[in-house]
Amino acid sequence: MAELLVIAAQRQGELRPSTLEAIAAANGIRQPGDTLAVAIVAADPQSLVGALSVDGVDEVIAVKATDDFQPDLTEAVILALAAARKPAVIAAAHGVDAWSFVPAAAVKLGCGLATDVQALRREDGELVATRAGYAEKVLVDLDFPGKSTVLLTIRTNVFEPAAGTGAPRVTEMAAPAADVATTHQGWKPPADAGGIDIPGSEFILSIGRGVGDESNVEQFLELAEEMGATLGCSRPIADNGWLPKARQVGQSGQLAASCRLYVAMGVSGSVQHQWGMKHVETIVAVNTDPEASIFSIARYGIVGDMFEIAEELKGHF
Amino acid sequence: MKILVAVKQVAFLDDEFEMRDDGRDVDADFFEKDLNEFDHFSVEEAMLIKEAAGDAAEVVIAIIGDEDADDALRTALAKGADRGIRVWDEALADADGVAVARVLAKVVEREKPDMVFTGAQSADFGSAVTGMALAGLLGWPHTAVVCNLDYAPGAGTATIRRELEGGLEEIMTIRCPAVLSIQLGINQPRYASLRGIKQAKQKPVDELSLDDLGLSAAEVVPAARVRRMYAPERGKAELITGSAAEQAARLAEIIKELRGM
Repeated sequence: MAELLVIAAQRQGELRPSTLEAIAAANGIRQPGDTLAVAIVAADPQSLVGALSVDGVDEVIAVKATDDFQPDLTEAVILALAAARKPAVIAAAHGVDAWSFVPAAAVKLGCGLATDVQALRREDGELVATRAGYAEKVLVDLDFPGKSTVLLTIRTNVFEPAAGTGAPRVTEMAAPAADVATTHQGWKPPADAGGIDIPGSEFILSIGRGVGDESNVEQFLELAEEMGATLGCSRPIADNGWLPKARQVGQSGQLAASCRLYVAMGVSGSVQHQWGMKHVETIVAVNTDPEASIFSIARYGIVGDMFEIAEELKGHF
Repeated sequence: MKILVAVKQVAFLDDEFEMRDDGRDVDADFFEKDLNEFDHFSVEEAMLIKEAAGDAAEVVIAIIGDEDADDALRTALAKGADRGIRVWDEALADADGVAVARVLAKVVEREKPDMVFTGAQSADFGSAVTGMALAGLLGWPHTAVVCNLDYAPGAGTATIRRELEGGLEEIMTIRCPAVLSIQLGINQPRYASLRGIKQAKQKPVDELSLDDLGLSAAEVVPAARVRRMYAPERGKAELITGSAAEQAARLAEIIKELRGM
């Protein structure tokens, strides 16, 4: 009998959907007699209990905070719960918030740690976590000998989110004393999209680092218009200011939520980029590097020069 | 006033690669090594603070790695950093972010910097662990994925923005000294000048062992053990072959069919 603990993520009072994926990941390694508790730290934690009342959740631990997110407070909650309950596994979604507190909590606990985990199982009773390495070219199976507690962050969009309707016990936990070093000052919303609608577009032509130079971008804007596509891009293009941030597809950009056809040119396909588009039904990758990871999620691949292909495509529309 | 920037030499794989005999890593012959992409941004951020302070700040680069890692260290020094520290011991061969953080914590105790920067993650393993584990060991204020920093040397607080999912950013003040992990795009990293590259070769680098830092091999064990490493079964895209004209024609056909054109 062991306790599994999930640290929920919320932002501006809304539950992050990735929390339900972390719950599913923890549920997947549940053994008979195990219990699963979810801790939610929020200004109004009770308002999120409903969203967390899904299959497999035995208990929701509500911790009232005075601010939206404080890494030091979340860490203190983990340390307090670890001391009181000795959980075998503590899981959180591999999101930006968790990046701030999970490693710090792990060294304070001296526990096992694996981040960005994409598969989880038991082998002969031992917990084994799988993550990627060398820019997604290999997988690594990790175990945690001698560790009675293991902290995990779970890759998003891999585990089917926990669903159904559970009836968890709700307990309240007073916010533990914490030396909070950060003070929330406000939010900076994403820049005005100026009519660019990546989430609403069914057809996206996307360009990446392969475009090489700012002066090469214009021809792809023209091509996208001719084809009736929305032009998207990977992060380096937006970081360089060659295209507005509203066109960026990926974790820190937009989710191509309605897209059915995604043509990626000169995009290598980093995890962050894939986060925004790998669900698309038909992905076509055009890249000179046959080993680019974009080919492993594409339905069609063209190993070739994006400029030559773009030039030839023009004649067809 | 001193800023310590911890950098990493990352490894990428050749197109074809083979596993090591023990099946727990790739054979090192197939590595292509380079300074971690994120570290170009953290080094640049430190240089911008140094320059705004009229150079009254020292930028120290720390790296954990064998002699090979000297290249990445010199790349960082060539951008204008003052000096370097390289720590190595065979016991660090299997080090993960937690083990590296334990070494860096000793380096921080020795150097007593006013701020510590790391990259938000490494481009090879993407664990996003080292910087925030270091902060945990030091008990310092910390936050990850910083995409904007407003900090004047000696100030008791800094104002930062964290880059969140979907392009939203959170503005926070944080008590200093602090450990910050720096996100891509926070600045436009400079290229090293020829003069900088030449000077980097002459810059002082302390080469330290675990012993020099008062650490034993038993204190730098990773937080997980590699059971095995293997190439994933990858999805196979249906390849469109032929001349560029033929490939484009087929792509146009696919587009038109799916778009009902």
